[in-house]
Amino acid sequence: MSSTTQTGASKFSLSMLINDTRYRSTTFQVIALIGLIFAMGYLVSNLLSNLSDAGLNISWRFFGETAGYDINQMPIEYNNQMSHGRASMVGAVNTLIVAFLACVSATILGVIAGVLRLSNNWVVSKLMAIYVEAFRNVPVLIWILIIFLVMSNVLPQPREFRGDAATSSMWLDMVAFTNRGVYIPRLVLEDLGWVVLTTFGLSIIGVFVFRRYAKNLLFNTGRLIPTFLPSISILLVPTVLVYFVLGSPIGLENPELKGFNFKGGLHLRLSLIALWFALAIYTGAFIAENVRAGIQAISYGQTEAAAALGMRPGRIMSLIILPQALRVIVPPLISQYLNITKNSSLAIAVGYMDITGTLGGITLNQTGRAIECILILMLFYLVISLSISAIMNVYNNAMKLKER
Amino acid sequence: MKKTVFLGALTVAGLAAGLVSAGTLDDVKARGKLNCGVTTGVPGFAEPDANGVWQGFDVAVCRAVAAAVLGDNMAVEFVPTTGKTRFTALASGEIDLLARNTTWTMSRDVDLKFEFVGVNYYDGQGFMVPASLGVSSASELDGATVCIQTGTTTELNLADFFRANGISYEPVPIETGSEAAQLFLAGSCDVYTTDRSALAAQRANFPNPDDYVVLPDVVSKEPLGPLVRHGDNDWGDIARWTLNALITAEELGVTSDNIAEMSAGTNNPEINRLLGTEGTLGEMLGLDAEWAKRAIMSGGNYGEVFESNIGAATNIGLSRGLNAQWKDGGLIYSPPFR
Repeated sequence: MSSTTQTGASKFSLSMLINDTRYRSTTFQVIALIGLIFAMGYLVSNLLSNLSDAGLNISWRFFGETAGYDINQMPIEYNNQMSHGRASMVGAVNTLIVAFLACVSATILGVIAGVLRLSNNWVVSKLMAIYVEAFRNVPVLIWILIIFLVMSNVLPQPREFRGDAATSSMWLDMVAFTNRGVYIPRLVLEDLGWVVLTTFGLSIIGVFVFRRYAKNLLFNTGRLIPTFLPSISILLVPTVLVYFVLGSPIGLENPELKGFNFKGGLHLRLSLIALWFALAIYTGAFIAENVRAGIQAISYGQTEAAAALGMRPGRIMSLIILPQALRVIVPPLISQYLNITKNSSLAIAVGYMDITGTLGGITLNQTGRAIECILILMLFYLVISLSISAIMNVYNNAMKLKER
Repeated sequence: MKKTVFLGALTVAGLAAGLVSAGTLDDVKARGKLNCGVTTGVPGFAEPDANGVWQGFDVAVCRAVAAAVLGDNMAVEFVPTTGKTRFTALASGEIDLLARNTTWTMSRDVDLKFEFVGVNYYDGQGFMVPASLGVSSASELDGATVCIQTGTTTELNLADFFRANGISYEPVPIETGSEAAQLFLAGSCDVYTTDRSALAAQRANFPNPDDYVVLPDVVSKEPLGPLVRHGDNDWGDIARWTLNALITAEELGVTSDNIAEMSAGTNNPEINRLLGTEGTLGEMLGLDAEWAKRAIMSGGNYGEVFESNIGAATNIGLSRGLNAQWKDGGLIYSPPFR
C-alpha cells in the first residue's frame, strides 16, 4: 500500500492497465466479465430470436389459466378448476414435505449407523458397513422403484380386507397396510383441542428450560441431577392431565373400508412412502460415513481423557466426542440435505406429485410452455437449496470452534 | 487469437443449432434418413420386434413417408418419445414427423404451433377394470383409484368426466403405459384409463386377458394422427398426402398384391393419378411420379396396415369401427387425388 506514494493520478496511462501489476488483474477480470455478459446475452437473444422465428414467445399467462387436472396428495386446498400456478404450489409443498421427512429420517438413520459402525461389537459394525456399502452404491432411483414395486406387489389390496372371508385385517383396527399406501388414524380437534396442543407446546419449551437448568447446575456446582425421567414427565403429565380434565377434546378418526378404498384417517400414499424411505436410507448411508469421519477426526486422547475423569462411554460420546465431531459433520451434512431435496425430483418415477410432476410434468405438457416451466423449476430448487444452505450455515456457525 | 476462433466457432455452432430449418424435405433427403418420433412401446402401434425392427400401426406411417420421400421404407431413424418429450422433440427439429398416437386438439395445433396432417385412428378414452370388480359402467367408479398415463389429454378428460358425474377418484399418475399396466395388474389401482385402442393393446399382453374388461363408456374424442412443425407447409403436404394415399388406396381397392399390375395402367383415372401413370401429382409435391406407389408398397394400403398390426386377426383384436372407410360407415375419408 505504501509503495503507491511516488505515483499520482496524473501519471496514470492506459498502458498501465496491462503492464502495471496493480491494475492488471482487475483489467482482466473486467474483460472476462464483459465477455461473460456478452456470451450470456448472445445465448439469450439467440433463444428469443429462434423462438420468435418459430412463432413462439415467452409468456407467463398460462399460470393463471385453469389447470384442469387432479392431484392425489393435496396438502393445501386444490381442485381441478384452480390455476396452473396453484397446482405448482401444491407440487412445491409436496416437494417440501418429502424433503423434510427424508432429511429428518436420513439424519437419524445416518447418525445411528455412523456411530454403530465404530462399535467394538464385530457383528454390529459389519452390519452397518454392509448397510452403508449396499445402499450408497446403488442409484437412488433404483431404490425408489424397488421399494415401490415390492410394496405394491407384496402388500394386500384394499378389497382383501372386505367381507367375512377377508384375508387381511387392520392392525389394531387403526392402521391398514395396503398396496395403495398406509392408512393411519388422524387426529381430530374438537372445540377445546387447541388447549391440549398449547399445553403440549409449552411442555416442550419446559423440557428445554429444565435441561438448561440442569446443565447450569452441573457447570456451576458440579452436581449431576437425573434428566431423563423428569424430562419425560414434564413433556407428558400436563398434557395428559389437561386432556382428561377437558374431557378428551382430541379424537382419532380411524380409516374405514368404504367402496373401493379406505376412507377417513390419513393416507400415506405408496409413492410418498417409497420416495421417502428410499431417499432416507440412501442418503442415510452417506450421512453415516460423514458421522464416522467426524468421530474419527477427534483425537483418541479426548476419549481417554474423559475416561480418566471417570465418564461412562455413553456420556463420553454425547458430551465430549459428538459436540466436537459436529464441526466436521455439519458442512458435508448440508450438501446431503441439498442432495435429498434435489433427488426428490425423481418422484415422477413413482407418480408422486412433487413440483417436477405438476409444474415440470403435467403443466408443461398441457401448456407446452417448456422454457417457462423449466425456468421456474430451476428457480424453485435454487431458492430451496440456498435456504437450506443458509439455515445450516447459521447452525454451523453456532457449532464452530469459538476462540476466546 | 485462439479465443477469437473459438468464439467464432461457438457462434456458428449456436446459429446452426438454433435455426430450425425451413426445408425439411431437403434436410431429410440430404440425411438419407427420416427421423420419426414414436412411442416408447405400445403393442400394435409402435414396438420393436424380436429382431429390433420397429413394427406397428404408427410405424407404418413413418415407413410410408420414408418410402415416398427416400424410396426406402427402412430409411427411418425411430426416436422413442414419451408423452412429455414428444412435442419438444418435434419443435426442436430432432424429429421430422411425430407418429405417436397423439390427439389432435386445437391448442396443440394453434398454440404449440404444430400441424396435424390427418387422422389415422379415431379413438376415445375408455376404462379397463378387473372383471371380478363387477362394475358395468364408469359412473359406478366413485372413490376408485385410477392409474393414468401422465402428460396426456387423458388426464384432463378424466378430471372432466368425474367432475361432470359428481363422483370422486384418486389419480395415480404414471410415466409410461407399461408401468401403469404393472400397477394395474398388481391391484394398486382399480381402474386403468387411456385411449381404448391402447387399452385393448395392453390387455392383449396381460397373462389372463379375460380377467379384465374394457368398460363400454367412451368419455372423449381422441382423433390420433401424425403431426409436423408449423411453418414448413411443403413438408406437411408430403406427410398429409402420403397418409391420404394409403387411405385412397384402400378405397380404390389398390393393395400391395395388385399394385404392380395396377401401376401398369388401369381404366380408373384416379388410380392412375395416384400411382403416377397419369398427371403430375408427385411433381407438385416435389417428389417423383411413383411416390404414392412406394408408400403403398411399403406396408400395404390403410386397411392392410390396420389388419396386419391391430386388426381382428392380431392379438390386439381391434375391429374397424369408426376407422372403417366412409363407404362402410366409418370416418376414414381422404380428399380426392386430382
